[in-house]
Amino acid sequence: MSALLQAARLDIAESVRARWFAIYALVFGGLIAILFIFGLTESRVMGFTGLSRMLLTYIQLTMAILPIFVLLSTVRSLVGDREAGVYEYMLSFPISLSGWFWGRFAGRFLVVFLPVFVAMLIALVVGLFMGAEEIPWRDFLWYSALLFSLSLCFLGISFFISALARTSDIAQSLAFVIWLALLLFLDLMLIGLLIQFQTPAEVVVGLALANPLEVFRIGAMMLFDPQLILLGPAAYMILDWFGNAGFMAYALLYPLALGLALAGIGFWVFRRTDLP
Amino acid sequence: MIELKDLVKTFRRTRVLDGLSLTIADGDRIALIGSNGAGKTTMIRCILGEYVHEGRVLIDGLAPRTHRTKVLKKIAFVPQMPPPLRMPAGDLVEFAARVHDSDVSTIREVASRLGLDLDEVRRRPFLKLSGGQKQKLLIAIAMGHDASIFIMDEPTANLDPAARQIVFDLLAERLDRTMIISSHRLEEVALLVNRVIELDRGRVVLDDHVEEAVDPSLRLDCEIVLRRPDAAFAKAIREWNFAPADDAETTWRGEVAGPDRLRFLGMLARYSGIIRALELRERDAAKKGREPAHVRA
Repeated sequence: MSALLQAARLDIAESVRARWFAIYALVFGGLIAILFIFGLTESRVMGFTGLSRMLLTYIQLTMAILPIFVLLSTVRSLVGDREAGVYEYMLSFPISLSGWFWGRFAGRFLVVFLPVFVAMLIALVVGLFMGAEEIPWRDFLWYSALLFSLSLCFLGISFFISALARTSDIAQSLAFVIWLALLLFLDLMLIGLLIQFQTPAEVVVGLALANPLEVFRIGAMMLFDPQLILLGPAAYMILDWFGNAGFMAYALLYPLALGLALAGIGFWVFRRTDLP
Repeated sequence: MIELKDLVKTFRRTRVLDGLSLTIADGDRIALIGSNGAGKTTMIRCILGEYVHEGRVLIDGLAPRTHRTKVLKKIAFVPQMPPPLRMPAGDLVEFAARVHDSDVSTIREVASRLGLDLDEVRRRPFLKLSGGQKQKLLIAIAMGHDASIFIMDEPTANLDPAARQIVFDLLAERLDRTMIISSHRLEEVALLVNRVIELDRGRVVLDDHVEEAVDPSLRLDCEIVLRRPDAAFAKAIREWNFAPADDAETTWRGEVAGPDRLRFLGMLARYSGIIRALELRERDAAKKGREPAHVRA
């Protein structure tokens, strides 16, 4: 436990000092600020009911930004550390490999999740002070849970890639390709599969359910639009199969399970291969 | 005791360690020498449990890979290249003290002996320290805990003569411990060790014991007389903390660490054309009841 805390502390301190973190925090803080300006404009027309809408827009933008940020920054720093000889020295200290790996995972998770969460929290608090009639606490809690799940999922993917790739070039390329593939297999590509190739609906839905980005997207939209009128056919079918509550549970648990499973495989590889 | 048995390490198709077998008894102080690619660093990393390999590595009967924390608590390690850590020097020291169950004040004390003021550099990123400061800090961290095995990969490579002398003194205070000191040049470490192991292409090609004739903490008083003043010589000799004994800067006096004398003579060889006289005399030789060994030229 102590090793885990030591490693987590190190990683948090190291990340907070890194330039990527400053940019990362700035992006989400800036995003909220920009959205707020639009939210305020909207409030003149219909009070402050724009807060839910603003949260939804924020969450949609987060979906586009957070995964690639997490993937690239994490694989770059982990594999870069190994390449530069940081592992050779730091792993000569008496610290267990599980403590080191999971400590860094936990530390990095906090660093990745907290800015996104805090930015959203600040939005609500500011909204409260600006006289919002209704604060969407339910949406806020769901979005926080979904973001928690998404952050952990992509962190798990990052740690998995970092354990497999021996150079930061390969790790970054791999991370980018994975992100691109997940992005491509959102609704539009799935519709293309259905129409162009007449792929069976089950396969398309399976692809949608396997894609953590799509799962997150459907989950987030479901809170705003319970009938999923705004989304494509795959999401509609999924809603039909799972039901509202069932899918929300899936949207929370699947990315979590996927992230932890991939991080677990990453640890398995890390423990069985050369450390530096 | 460190036991390496039939150790094989292959990177892709290159066999870096080729069935290396070696037993290092407690108290052995080993100069691990060999050219680039001989397998020195790979062997060290296997001892630290950082590489998977064929064959067996046991430290006091425990495999470092499976009993990491127990084994690594006994080891103090100084790498060849200081790692590019962004954390402040103070954080690194605190981390090392915590995981080694040692005391920051001990590390501070060793650093101070090496001429590094920890309070002055503690807020600075380790990465931003000079090469010498980094090396001193890594040595202070290694020497600041009660290790029974010291593994040092070219430990004095970035140090000035004065700091090297302190490192030799620190090592001389721990002559009862097991040491593996890797170096390209035997003369760097010859006077600290009692055994020399040379690796070539992943195998032991020389395993010899060294007569412990010279005290590693020995100092030599030195006087050099030049035929004429020379600016390049003055710059080089000042790096060894020598001072001119006359205004013309033709006579220079200073002290040389015993283990450093071959390196010192190597430096002087570059200026042999302008050296009129050279005297090297063991300090306090008479007090220790030894014949005052000295070199006159």
